[in-house]
Amino acid sequence: METILEVRDLVKYFPVYSRGIFMKKVVGNVHAVDHISFEVRKGETVGLVGESGCGKTTTGKLILNLEKATSGEVKFEGIDVLKAFEKGSNEEKSRLRRSMQMVFQNPYASLDPRMTIYDIISEPFKIHRHIPKEEWENRVYKLLSMVGLESYHAERYPHEFSGGQRQRICIARAIAVEPKFIVADEPVSSLDVSIRAQILNLMMDLQKDLGISYLYISHDLSSVRQISHRVVVMYLGEIVESAPAEKLFEHPLHPYTRALISAVPIPDPARKMDVILLPGEVPSPVNPPSGCRFHPRCQYATEKCKAEKPKLEEIDKDHFVACHYAFNFM
Amino acid sequence: MDLLQVNDLKTYFFTEAGVVKAVDGISFNVEKGCTVGLVGESGSGKSVTAQSVLRIVPKPGKIIGGKIFFNGEDILAKKEEEMRSYRGKKISLIFQDPTSSLNPVFTIGTQLVEIVRQHKEVSKSDAAEEVIKALRLVRLPDPEEALRRYPHQFSGGMKQRICIARALLLNPELLFADEPTTNLDVTIQAQIINLLIELQKNIGLTLVMITHDMGIVTQMCKCVVVLYAGNVMEIGSIEQIFQMPHPYTEALLKAVPRLDQTRRLISIPGNIPNLINPPSGCRFHPRCQYATEKCKAEVPQLVDVGDGHMISCHRWRELNGG
Repeated sequence: METILEVRDLVKYFPVYSRGIFMKKVVGNVHAVDHISFEVRKGETVGLVGESGCGKTTTGKLILNLEKATSGEVKFEGIDVLKAFEKGSNEEKSRLRRSMQMVFQNPYASLDPRMTIYDIISEPFKIHRHIPKEEWENRVYKLLSMVGLESYHAERYPHEFSGGQRQRICIARAIAVEPKFIVADEPVSSLDVSIRAQILNLMMDLQKDLGISYLYISHDLSSVRQISHRVVVMYLGEIVESAPAEKLFEHPLHPYTRALISAVPIPDPARKMDVILLPGEVPSPVNPPSGCRFHPRCQYATEKCKAEKPKLEEIDKDHFVACHYAFNFM
Repeated sequence: MDLLQVNDLKTYFFTEAGVVKAVDGISFNVEKGCTVGLVGESGSGKSVTAQSVLRIVPKPGKIIGGKIFFNGEDILAKKEEEMRSYRGKKISLIFQDPTSSLNPVFTIGTQLVEIVRQHKEVSKSDAAEEVIKALRLVRLPDPEEALRRYPHQFSGGMKQRICIARALLLNPELLFADEPTTNLDVTIQAQIINLLIELQKNIGLTLVMITHDMGIVTQMCKCVVVLYAGNVMEIGSIEQIFQMPHPYTEALLKAVPRLDQTRRLISIPGNIPNLINPPSGCRFHPRCQYATEKCKAEVPQLVDVGDGHMISCHRWRELNGG
């Protein structure tokens, strides 16, 4: 499959300032995203998982240039995105924005309460002018029906909808510009359990019909398994493991991934859990641990893990792991 | 023996838009020393049920009917002063968000010592000893030092441990845990669940686990109460509700993604009903694939279908072969 998005050595540091009003000095950096590389292929969903503070949302924002990267490279269909947003022509920027869209976590905060649904969904048409005005109305109705809403919904305001319906509206707005790639940042985590399946199914159907690629960011491993073809696991700003979904969930190799997967309660009385309890908590990203960042919580850690940072290496076909002892777990 | 009995509890909220029937005739029992799961989506009435038992329903809510027995005593008939000796001492509660349930301007020590001294006549240092003991029980590292610190100096998981310690300070018999892990990361969630299971075993606590996560319920509870839109749909053991579930429980289980399998999710159509004008008959009927005319017209009763498995459904018998 053809690669649509390529992320190489992406870095984002947020400076930490000293206290005081006049003498603001940078005293450190939050290593939010630290030299990560991965790719997304055409028509596939890559799941980006990790606990809070691991840098998964920042990664999504960096790709869309909603946050400026410290260094690194993002290539979309061969175009250097970060360079294009810095120096490129308006036309080029606009074209990139049309091809890459985002769906946010909270559908209550990401819709303007004073705009009707028609205004919200047709706003991209106003900006990108890719559709003649006389077709707007039909197109809005078509988008609404694509996401499972009715055309009479167009005249209503966001507050008249439930969370699940609002997320449908957000998705309709995102696909209004016919994007090839969507970053979906926890799109179902603020929704009720019975509604989540509706949105996940909708996203999967749209992918089948329109060939959209997704970067699905979530902390909920079950939904990641459901929707993703490949999964990237992050810990403290770094990628610790990436593999096809099946492989990652059936044969996780990195000790962190294994603990993470073991901690998810499975709704089946026949399957008793065998939780690998991790001691302690995620350390501060301002002063990340030396060597392997996971070593203070890892039961297998040795002196080598403390001193030497493991590289992300391909252990099996398409299965990348950053652990000195990954071979021992195979 | 049943420690807690809730009979036909009705708690309504009298809002300007109308009367919200948040809890509308809920009945269930909690056996002593048991972990019971109270499962449901938002708006199913699970939190309001816990608030009703403690009689801390916020305005404009009011308990308008039903009976609650704790150790055989009618809680709803108690005077407000008497209730104070129940809250915290006999029945306690942990909230979902540990950050907003600790006071940010007082140290952990101040907040927790105050609770002990409210209920017992002990010196400050003795009270502090008790607090330290409780903090040790929940495995908070370095409890003596923790007394001098403020809530913001702890992470979410540690704050939740402090909240659990606070809830256990006065040795309650019954503990309601209202979505105690929803705001936490999975690995921290596992730690907290593990802690609750241990506490339940070691100090013989009776635990009511309020959650929307079927996985947590399956791994923690023996008995489950499934709520939907203010009504009880089903009560049973974990095995019972998995083998022969109520149509709602069945739909819910099919709609949640599972880590150990990939299949097309079967979503439940529609939305959670508005509780000012709840659906007629069975409240789940507009979203139920098996619904008939009878379901629309008649409210089903909660009946024992065998071995203590209680179901509120007109069609369950027929769907389960007899």
